[in-house]
Parts: sequence; C-alpha cells; structure tokens
Amino acid sequence: MSKQNPTDRQYSRDHEWIKDNGDGTAIIGITDYAQEMLTDIVFVELPEIGKIVAKSEPVAVVESVKSVSDVFSPVGGEVIDVNKKLEETPELINQDAFGEGWIVKMRLRDAGELKTLLSAADYEQFVKEEKH
Amino acid sequence: MELIFEISKAGRGAAEISTSDVPVVNIDDAIGKKYLRRELDLPEVAEVDLVRHYTTLSRRNFGVDLGFYPLGSCTMKYNPKVNENVATFPGFTGLHPYVNDESAQGNLQLLYEMQKYLGNIFGMAEFTLQPAAGAHGELTGIMMIKKYFEKKNEKRPAILIPDTAHGTNPASGALCGFETVTLRSNSEGGVDIDHLKSLMTEDVAGLMLTNPNTLGLFERNIEQVAQIVHGKGGLLYGDGANANAFLGKARSGDLGFDVIQLNLHKTFSTPHGGGGPGSGPVGVSAKLVDYLPIPRIIKTGNGYNWSDKFPETIGRIRSFYGNFNVVVKAYAYIRSLGAEGLTHATEMAVLNANYIKEKLKPYFDLPYDRFCMHECVFSGKRQVAESGVHTTDIAKRLIDYGYHPPTIYFPLIIPEAIMIEPTETESKETLDTFCDTMIAIANEAKENPQRVKDAPLTTPVSRLDEVLAARKPDVCWKKP
Amino acid sequence: MDYCPHTPDDIKQMQSAVGIASIDELFADIPEKFRVPSVLNIPAALSEQETIKVMSGIASKNKLPQFTLTGAGAYHHFIPAVVGHIVGRAEFYTAYTPYQAEISQGILQAIYEYQTMIAHLTGTEIANASMYDGASAMAEAAVLCAKMSTRTKIIVAHSVHPEYRQVVNTYSWANGYTVVEIPYASSGQIDLNALQNELDDKVAAVLVQSPNFFGVIEDITPLADAAHKKGALLVAGFTDGTSLGILQPAGASGADFVVGEGQSFGNPLNYGGPYLGIFAAQEKFLRRIPGRLVGATVDKNGKRGFVLTLQTREQHIRREKATSNICSNEALCALAAGVYLAALGKNLRTLSELNVYKTHYLKNKLLQLKGWKEVFSAPVYNEFVLRCPDARQVNEKLQSAGVIGGYELQKNYPELENALLFCATEMLSKEDMDRVATILK
Repeated sequence: MSKQNPTDRQYSRDHEWIKDNGDGTAIIGITDYAQEMLTDIVFVELPEIGKIVAKSEPVAVVESVKSVSDVFSPVGGEVIDVNKKLEETPELINQDAFGEGWIVKMRLRDAGELKTLLSAADYEQFVKEEKH
Repeated sequence: MELIFEISKAGRGAAEISTSDVPVVNIDDAIGKKYLRRELDLPEVAEVDLVRHYTTLSRRNFGVDLGFYPLGSCTMKYNPKVNENVATFPGFTGLHPYVNDESAQGNLQLLYEMQKYLGNIFGMAEFTLQPAAGAHGELTGIMMIKKYFEKKNEKRPAILIPDTAHGTNPASGALCGFETVTLRSNSEGGVDIDHLKSLMTEDVAGLMLTNPNTLGLFERNIEQVAQIVHGKGGLLYGDGANANAFLGKARSGDLGFDVIQLNLHKTFSTPHGGGGPGSGPVGVSAKLVDYLPIPRIIKTGNGYNWSDKFPETIGRIRSFYGNFNVVVKAYAYIRSLGAEGLTHATEMAVLNANYIKEKLKPYFDLPYDRFCMHECVFSGKRQVAESGVHTTDIAKRLIDYGYHPPTIYFPLIIPEAIMIEPTETESKETLDTFCDTMIAIANEAKENPQRVKDAPLTTPVSRLDEVLAARKPDVCWKKP
Repeated sequence: MDYCPHTPDDIKQMQSAVGIASIDELFADIPEKFRVPSVLNIPAALSEQETIKVMSGIASKNKLPQFTLTGAGAYHHFIPAVVGHIVGRAEFYTAYTPYQAEISQGILQAIYEYQTMIAHLTGTEIANASMYDGASAMAEAAVLCAKMSTRTKIIVAHSVHPEYRQVVNTYSWANGYTVVEIPYASSGQIDLNALQNELDDKVAAVLVQSPNFFGVIEDITPLADAAHKKGALLVAGFTDGTSLGILQPAGASGADFVVGEGQSFGNPLNYGGPYLGIFAAQEKFLRRIPGRLVGATVDKNGKRGFVLTLQTREQHIRREKATSNICSNEALCALAAGVYLAALGKNLRTLSELNVYKTHYLKNKLLQLKGWKEVFSAPVYNEFVLRCPDARQVNEKLQSAGVIGGYELQKNYPELENALLFCATEMLSKEDMDRVATILK
C-alpha cells in the first residue's frame, strides 16, 4: 500500500513530486507509488550542481536491480543542490520517498509552471486510472 | 566454497615452465626497470587442487547435458558430440590466422560453403560469418543499412522497432546513430499495420522485425509489412534468433527481408558455453552485398582467397575472420543433418512447443490462444492474483525439480511473462514430466504459496541478494 | 542423422493432443506463396561416421606448419592439459548464460575469479566477463569514452594493430565520431609531440597499444598525462596477454581503460577465433562499462554466492540508452583463460621471461644474416621488427621449408619496406631458431 501522498506539494504524471519552498526554489523527488513500482533502488545518478533543465527533461536517473528510470523535472530551472546521502544510501528513496529520499533542489525559472501540475488528489486519481 | 585465491599457497604451482634452451638474458637490462612490473599476484595451487576446484565448480552448474532448458528465444537444443570432436582436429585448431591462403584451403572452403548453405537455407544473396554473436551481427546489419542510405544520400534518422523486441535491437539502432521509434503490436501479437503505415515515412531507414516474434507467433501480415516498408524506400531487418521455427518452411529472403542475423549457438546447435562463444552470421539481399564487412572470400579456379578489395564495405567489425571454431561445429551440424534433418528439426520444435501450450493452457494464462511456432508465452498473472506467487517464484521452484527455468519477464508487453521454447531435441516424456511439474507448482502456489516463494530449496545457495550486489558491487576479490 | 527423439507413435499422440492431423497445419500462418517444401540446396544428410570423414577431409586440405614466426595479434603458446579438460566439462560448455544464479554458481564463481585475475594483471580495479576480441574491445572502449564525455574525436596511434584501427574506424563511423592517427617516432614508440599537438578539448579518448604492433613497449605515463591534461581518457591495448607477466600494466601507469586480446591465455590459434576480448577499467567507470559483470553477494542464509550484477548497464534493460549492445560474449574462452592463469600462477612471470630469452636469441641469430638490420631502438617483449634485403624471398624460403615466416609490414606500413615482424614464444626451440638461420643463410 503506497503511503498517502502529502498535500503540501504537487505531482507530475511521471510520478515525481515537487515541493515549493516559497522562495523561488523547490525540492523534487519521486512518489512512494513510484518507488514501490521500481522495487529496491540500488543507485541514483545525481546531476551536477548548476545543471539547467527544462520542464519534463530528465534531471536524474534512478536504478533498481531490474530497471532504470529517468526522473523528469516537473518544472524548468537550475539544480542548486542534490541529496548526497543517496550516494551511499539509495534505499532512502524506498524508505521515505517524500522526506529523506528527496533527490534535487532547484531554483525555478518560472514559478507559473507549478500551476500546470497535479494536486495530491488529482495524482491519486491518475494512479488509480493507470492501474487499470 | 572457497575461491581459488583462498586455497592458494606460496610455493605451490600447477604448470611448470621448461628451462630455457637459449641463453638467459638480464631482463632489467634488456627491457629497463621502469617498464617492469613489481608484483605478480596470481594463485599458486597444485594441479590436483586446481582440477578439484574447477571440477567442483562444474558440479554447481547446470547445462543442457544435465537437463531440460526451456528458455524461450535461446533455442537450447542438444549440442551434438561429433561436432565437438571434429572441431578439435589440429587442421582446424592449429592454424595461425595469418598463414598464407594456400595453407588454409580447407578452412576457406568450409567458410565459403557455410556462407552458401546459409544463403540457400534463408534465401539471402550473401552471408558474412564475421560477427562473434547475434548482437554483433545486429550491429553489423544496422551498419550496412546506415551505409546504404549514406550512399543514396538519403537522410533517414529513425528506425522502427516493435514493442516486443529484444533489448539488443534498440541498442544496436542507437549505436549506429538511429533514433528508435517503437511500433505497437496488435491484439493478435503481430505488427499493428495501421501504426506501421503511420510511422513508415521517408525519414525512416526501416523496420527491425523478429519473425516469428518474441511471442512465438509468425507475422501473418509479413507481405504487407514488407510492402509498406519497401514502399517508402526503407529496408527490412530480420532478427533471426527464432530461425528454428521456420527452417525448410519459409525463407527470409522470400519474405522480404533485406538483411538478417542468425545465431549459430541457437539454431545451429553450437554450445552456449555459459555465455559464449557464439557466432552471429549476417545474410543480405543483393541490395546490400557491397557493404558486407571485410575480409571476404573469393573463389577462383585456383581455390579460395581472402580479399579486402571491396570499396563500399562498412569496414572491419572485428579482428581476423570470425569465431571460426564455432562455425566449424555449425558446418558439421548442417552437413550431418542435411536438408531433411534441418526441416524435421523445425517441425518437431514447433510440434513440441504447441504440445506444451495445449497441456499448460488450463493452468496458466495464455495471452494468445492460437498455434504458436517454436515457443509459447504464458503469463503468471493468475497465480499472482490467486496467491501472490510471482513468475520468478515459479521459475525458482522449477529449479528444485531439476529444470532450468524458462525465460521470464520477457517480452515486456506480457506481465509476468513465462516464455517456453522446448526445441526439437526433447522427447515426449521430458515434455510430459515438465508439464506435470509446472502443473504441480501451480497447485502448490495455491496450497502452499510460501514454499514456492522460498524456492529454490535444494541448490548450493538459496536466493541471492541481487540488491546488495548492485548497491555495494564487489566484482573483484580483495585480499582481506 | 538428427537428434529428434520422436517416434512415429509419439508424433501421432502429440498431434492428437494439439488437435491437428498433420504437421503442416502448424505452419498455416506462413502465407502459401512463401512456403517451401523443405530446406533447399543443402547436401544430403550424413551418418556420424560419414560426418567425421567429410570434416577430416576438409581439415586435411590445410597445411600445418612446423612452427611459426608470426605473432601479430595471435600467439602460439603452450596450453597446459588441464585447460582442455575443464573447458570440456559439459556442465560448463552446454550451459546458458548464468541468469539463474542458483544453478550457475560454477561459471559465476569461475568468472569472478577471472575478473579478479585480469584486474590485477592489467593494474585496474574492474574487469568485465569478456568482449568478443581485442579489436572490438578497443572499439567499444572508444565509443564509451565518447558517450561519457559527449566529445567526438578519437586519437589512435598508428602503431596500434592495423585490424584494431580498422575496427575502431568502423565503430567510430557508425557513431559519427572522427578518428585521427598519430605517428610513431624512430624509436618505435609513439611520437609524444605529435600526440600533444593533436590533443584538444574535442578529444574523448586516446588509443594506444603496448607492446605495440611492432613489439615495442610504450611509456604509458606521459601519454596518460598528456591525454588527461586535455580532459581526454587513455585506452591502452595489448595483443599478447603474457606480456603482463613481466611488464608494468598500463592501468598502474595512468590508463583509464586497459583492453586487449586474451587468446594467449589458454585459447588455441583456431584460425582467428573464437578469441577473448579483455576489458578492464578504473573503479570510477564501474557503472558505465559494457559487458557482463559477476558480483559477489550473499544468499538469504548469509552464504557467499555470485550473481550477474549491474545489469541495468546492459541492453536488455537500458535498451537504446545502453552504451553497448553486447549480450553473448566469450565466456568459455574466459573460463579457459582463468584456468590457464590459475595453472601458471606466479609462473606466468617465468613464462614471460622465457619469451624474452627466446626473442633475444632469435633476433641475434637473424641479425647475423647479411644485410639484416634492426629498425626500432626501444625495448620489446616477444616481438620485434627487422629489415632484410628481400622480405618476400625470406618468407618464401621459409614457407618451402614448412615454416611460417615473419609478418610483412609493408602492406600496412608502406614506409617499412622489406621489414618483417617476428615473434618468438616459448614454443620455439633453439633448434627451430638455428634452423631458421640455416635456411636463410
């Protein structure tokens, strides 16, 4: 059973979450549903600080034993921090996808892009539909 | 069990080196200290211990000679021993690749005839025996397609690949700079013709098709598929991994394929060796002959010769001439089976697969209930729904019964896929016992799911922690 | 002769179970117009006895020499008896790729041991389970370097084996990279100035070979430094693995990748294949290197075991994003190499030293012949280049005496007219070499 999707953030159709810090920056991770689908995560390829990505471009890569998945940035911006703990303990994403398992911190290029994303309720509905 | 390094003891040794019959030279002076290594840390074991170590290892391994290997898409047929024997003739094993052609006429004849036989079997104009494996052959084939369009000055950046394709297909395409575009399958498991029509434009180099596909189904619309691709000036690539399904029934060239790769270690019985060596010959239609890799064999009145004089070639794809000793075994196989034997092999392979399909279909979900070719694909999703037992658990439980599991989780479009290819070299009794075992495991999944999930229970090691192996990789032993 | 166990009765019963009256019905999906009645234009079947006779006839059309003086990428070395016996065990050679680890601990552990020995020999930290051959291993290393850096220029030394350079050219063309060659100096080693002039920020990799095609040992450290200064990677190749018995490995001198041909380790000449591509790298490239990797782990009871690991690098998972499409490799040849290295152990050094003694003896014998001169001054391992009055004639004389002469360099290096590349391994006896001198006097 996936953990509840926190309502303090937004979601993308590629199963990323993004939490607006209110100061022009935001934190990005993947949802608990995503980590469940991937199963045990063995490696996270983190981006270089300073990397610029557009909305929906890959910003990181998450590997499990049997699969590789791109993490797509839900918004455009610049990477200003990465979760270095994931280098030694990639399983943090499995254990706490919404908290300790955060992946990158971005400076947003255009906060308006957040409006195009899904709310927790919308995301839950989307996942339900996808399962069928 | 210990590693060879852990049984090593200073001063021991297996192979002794002859004393020099020529004057000893001071190595430091001859070569210079700066170029010499200081440490050489290799195991030191006596021959008896060496032999015991590797023999014990072999007993922790499973091969076709031990039991049934129903691996879909791998064609694990019996490896005939006469072929192993003839491959050890000194005439075949002892020649340096750079001997003059005169001294290698036997080898050149063998290679030349092999090319011709494959050309006849598959209806292709020419073959190259250079590629070392199927994937290597794929790469070679795609390179030739690339060269073809370069020569015509046509920019075709994309290549179409069905969603049922083996991973080497998109990888090969990408390695030649192609953008891979996924082609959907229809509800029968064949190519979605409408989707193909919409995707096949003049920006597309062609389609990589496995036929029969990875669902074990023959592409019924192959003629239309070929027409659509050729109609827009594209080329049709055939992944011949499943050639065991149609020897003597159809020929790739007739079906419209411009280039195909084969796997001698599948269809032509050469042993898998635990992961190679294999051999991946590539056959082409007349359109692509000029681009074949070099060197190529020329036959004249005087015999056979290697030649590099092919200006349009894609170039070399490996050193020397190919996995020659593997080709020797496949050649012997073709000669000993003859036309009738090869045709019969396909017939029995397809009969065996359909027989298994009929016996198992009441117990496992069968996504496509029609005649299959040399392999059938089931889904383990009924078992997942009923008892939480996954395909991987069923596979591991089969091991306890003395079988190598079938191919699992492939093709990707079938959830919990179980792909079974019995090949023709299995008796009805083997198939019956295998089916009984699969049925028993299906029942066990219902009655005692935990037992299946804990499998294998009878092997030297139980289920291994693959997550740990990927998180904390240890690929090289370090002295503690 | 065929291997189908089916009796007519079996076939009848099975057809009935499948619900067909004849086998033909199973092929109904093949459109009628494409159906053929059987395999066409193949000679008739043979019994086992006849098969042996035919194959024997073909093999006897070959002429085996008494001994060979050619190396040039394939080497005649002594193979201890144990190798054939181990590799001939059906549990090894009739096995599939070890995806089902629990029933493949044998080959998995053997390959883990092989990986360990190769990493040590090459002075690196990781080695994969094998590539097809030395040439394609070098080409795949070049492609990997380009993909990791997104640079598109590859520098190759002209003294790298001609066929290796050709394969690099083919793979580079396929990926849209440019290849530039740098010359050798009069010593026979790479012209370092030329390399420095060619290096710029577009270069992904520098490919060298040591000992190079001329048998000359390269000084790897300055080459690696030069490459790294410009952000390029150094790929060092080799063709005779026994050279690693006494030579400082490139991995310990700054090479990022060490690739080469492992045929010398327990694999017969086999007229060019199957051979063994060796691919080794520094630890930081672990998650990017191509090919299979065996890793150690534990089972659920804490017992040590081995699995194929980091498979997400490979084509069956990464598909079009994979840096290589390699699937089947040369596992059995790697097993042979592992057994060979374990059998020789530290005696690999003794073997390599013996190669050096033989090489010196042969070189001195040939230099006593009228008009023969040394071409390169730098030190060599077991191959060397000499110029003679008439290379073609020399080889013809030797051929008539049943001996394979040296490799004529002129065909690949027109500037090296009448130069021959000779190889002396432990397989050449003093008598053989004396005989060569007599034949050529």
